[in-house]
This record gives sequence, C-alpha cells and structure tokens, in this order.
Amino acid sequence: MANPLKCDLCSKPATVHLTQIVNNKVHKVDLCEECAQAKGVTDPSGFSLADLLLKASLNPEPAAASGLRCESCGFTQNDFKKHGRFGCPACYETFIGIVEPMLDGMHKGTVHTGKVPQRALTRKNLSDRLSKLELDLTAAIKSERYEDAARCRDEINQVKQSISHAPSR
Amino acid sequence: MTIASLIDTPSELTDSASSKTAIVLMTRIRLARNLASTPFPGWAKPAQRAEVFERCRDAVAATAPMKRNLAIGVQELSELEKQILVERHLISRELSGSRAGSGFVINRDQTFSVMINEEDHLRIQVLRAGFQLRKAWNAINDLDSALEEKLDYAFSPSLGYLTACPTNLGTAMRASAMMHLPALVISSQMEKVVRAVNQLGMVVRGLFGEGSDASGSIFQISNQTTLGESEEDILKRLGSVLNSIVEHELNARQKLLEADAGKLFDKIGRAYGILQNSHLLSSGEAMNLLSLVRLGIDLTLFPEESRSIVDRLFIETQPGHLQHAQKGEFEAGQRDLLRAGRLRAEFANFARPNFTLPAGGSN
Repeated sequence: MANPLKCDLCSKPATVHLTQIVNNKVHKVDLCEECAQAKGVTDPSGFSLADLLLKASLNPEPAAASGLRCESCGFTQNDFKKHGRFGCPACYETFIGIVEPMLDGMHKGTVHTGKVPQRALTRKNLSDRLSKLELDLTAAIKSERYEDAARCRDEINQVKQSISHAPSR
Repeated sequence: MTIASLIDTPSELTDSASSKTAIVLMTRIRLARNLASTPFPGWAKPAQRAEVFERCRDAVAATAPMKRNLAIGVQELSELEKQILVERHLISRELSGSRAGSGFVINRDQTFSVMINEEDHLRIQVLRAGFQLRKAWNAINDLDSALEEKLDYAFSPSLGYLTACPTNLGTAMRASAMMHLPALVISSQMEKVVRAVNQLGMVVRGLFGEGSDASGSIFQISNQTTLGESEEDILKRLGSVLNSIVEHELNARQKLLEADAGKLFDKIGRAYGILQNSHLLSSGEAMNLLSLVRLGIDLTLFPEESRSIVDRLFIETQPGHLQHAQKGEFEAGQRDLLRAGRLRAEFANFARPNFTLPAGGSN
C-alpha cells in the first residue's frame, strides 16, 4: 500500500475502517486505534462490526470463529493469526479456547508442573485467605456469633498487614 | 562498565578451555519471564516499552550476580558491537535488530546476560563453559528468584510462566549444550543423530541457532517443550540425551582410528598446514579447519595447552570479532584475507602435531 488511509479525525494512520448503513445510506469511517477507542467503536457491542470488517480486509476467507478481543490490551484473534504471539498475559484468559487445543501437540503436557514464583504464590494465598475470612465475618455477624466475628476481624487485620508487608519493589 | 571494556574482558566462553570442555563446549540455560498486567514487547506502545526497559534494567542491575555490568539499550550500540555480542551468544540476533526500548544487562565475566524487551520482557540467560547443566540451573534459578522479589511476574498456576509465544509456556526454560561432534560428521552419522534426538523431544541446531549451518561441526542441542514437565525433569532428560551423544561421538572417533587412522591424521595434518600457510579463509572454512585441530587435541596429537588457543579462535575469527580486532569495517573478501593472516600468525608458533599415539592407545 503506497498511500495508507489516514484517520478521519486526527490524520494518524487508520487501522479501524468502519462502514455503517443508516437509512439506506452507506457511511464509511477510517479511524486510528486511539480515536476508535475514544469514540467507543471498540466497545464490545459496537466492536463486532468493526472487527468483522477488519477481518474481512486482512483475511479473504470469512472468519468462522467469533472475533474475540482481549479486554486489557485490545489484541484480537486475528492479530494472533497474523503474529503467532499474544498481546499481553491476560490474552491467555481471553483466548484460552484457542490456546488449549494447541498445547497438546506443542508440549509434553498441558499443565505446568515446574517452578512457581513464591512471591506471586504468597500474594495469591493471602488474597484467597482474605476473601474467605471476609465471608466468614459476614456469616458470623448474620448469625450473631459475635465472638467468632471478632476473631475474624482480628485475623483479617493480620492478613492485611502481611499483604502490605509483603516484599515490594 | 562500557561496551568497549566488556568486549575486552576475558569471558567465560573465550577463556575457559580445558579437557573438561572437550565435547560439550558450553552449557546455556535461558528463562523467559514477563511482567504481570503489562503488554508483551511486540504489542506494547513505545512509552510502555521504555517504562518496562527501565524497570527491568534497574531490577536486574541491582542483583548480586550482576554487580559489575553493562546495562544499555540496543540503539546505543553500533552494528559491529551488536554483532560481537551475538557471536559470543550474549544477545540474540532478534534483539540486535530490535526497535527502541530494547536492551540488555550483561555481567562482567559474561556468565549472565538478561535481554529486555526481546520477544518477552525478560530473557534471562546463564552460560557456563563445559557440561554444567546442574550448576547452570542453580545459578539461573537463584537469579530468577532474586528478580522475582522485585518484579511481579505474569504466572498462571495451570499454564506456568506466561510468555508471548505459547511454545514457551510452562517453565519457559530452554536449556542447551554446544557440542563439538567432528567424528559423527566425518562418518556421516549426524543425520541419524538429529532424527533420534528429535524423537526424544530435543532440537539440534547449528552454532548460531535457528537456520545457521553447522560449520566447525558445532551443534546446539536443546529441549523443545516447556510445559507439562518440571525444570528438573527437562534437565534430567536433556542430560541423558547429551551423555548418549557424547558416547556416540567417542565411539565414532574410536572407529575412525581403528578403520583408517592414516586418513584421519591426513585430514588433521592438512588442516594444520592450511591454517599455517593459507592467505584466504572464509569463516566457515576456518571453523572446519579449527575443528579438525581441536579433534587432534582431543586425540593428544597436539598438547592440551593448545586447546585454549583454538577455542578462542573459534570466536575471534567470526566476522564481528575480526573487524573489531582490526579496528575497521571490511568487505567479506577483505575479511577472508585478514582472517587467514590472523590464523597464520597464531599458527606460526603453534605446537606441531605428533602423530604417534601414546602406548596402549587405540591404534
């Protein structure tokens, strides 16, 4: 492409090209990623159209799978097809349906059995413990077991303290 | 430290030769790590890349093993400087071609290097001379744990360390050994070995990784899969594959000597003659000749003290190192002339081969 389309709003290179038919009139809009986001073109309900259009322009065959999109980084299924890499760690939650079938042929197993980063684990254990205690506290208050409630409250304070004392950068 | 002083500092790779490094020249382990809730380098915006670079650089540089280090962005280096680091296996070709916001931290003796914003936020690497899987793992495991104190890693209990490419999920560990296998090459058994190794879930590559040729009969063998097995298990499996390759290489050497020692000695003697007298040598040919002399050292045709010279020349006759030593940039043809000159000088005083094997030897 010698002359890439420019965003209608800010003249950066346009990556989102939206066509809408309103009252039998065709409206075409070319937007850059930022403007598209700002204008809400990329919100889940409005995005499917843009995503489909985007796909059609990059991939001649109609995409069978739904156009998944990572909420944290905006990475799409189509981007994965193009790059073979993901956009951010959260993509693995969004695209787990695509990743899981791939793992079998790719690796020896499908579940991690190696090293676990201790700090991440501690953080997770503490936050799990905290949510459980908060549930206990609510239950105790509800059933008027005030001694239990007091104990939960003390423990919650303790856990909160260890979270804030956990090694940080 | 500066890039110039790093390049001139003796390194683990160029200055650790001993009979212990006869077949396995070096062991390398690398771990891929990413920061939680942060886009991977390939998808991040320039400002995010810059922020990740600074955060990781500071965290890495503050760890004990990296006390004296060079921490720098790739765009601050010349092409030649980057090439030298690639030839020393300290940074990848991919990193050397990266856009702004990528860089690395390398410690003084060049046993650790951490690439930042390559394919993943962090590619931590440890490099040890010889066959040292266990030691290398202990060293990198400690550095990784120390880094985890300062950085929030992206981790999933079921998928392990989350990496940009799903082929690295799980342990995100690639362990590899650089092996010198001249007898397997001479007796045309390498293809068979590669196939067998592949079947065991390991990969064989040339000296400089994917797509590079195997000049100098030097190969890298590494694990292919990273998920579903612990680090210990991967290392154990790789270790036993490497041991069996070593055994095959030793057998092949024995057979070559038994079948026709004269033919093998002729190859080694000619290699010595060419290294002493030629005036044009490509890097591939030089590697192959040095490989034969190195085999001669293993067979005690040359004194053991010569090993460190040959191992150093393996690296120093690479294009980047050669141009650095000559303080200039040269065309391939000129480089061949310079390379041959360098080798002539080194081999002018190199001990002559002694083709009588010790009594009780294999002949």
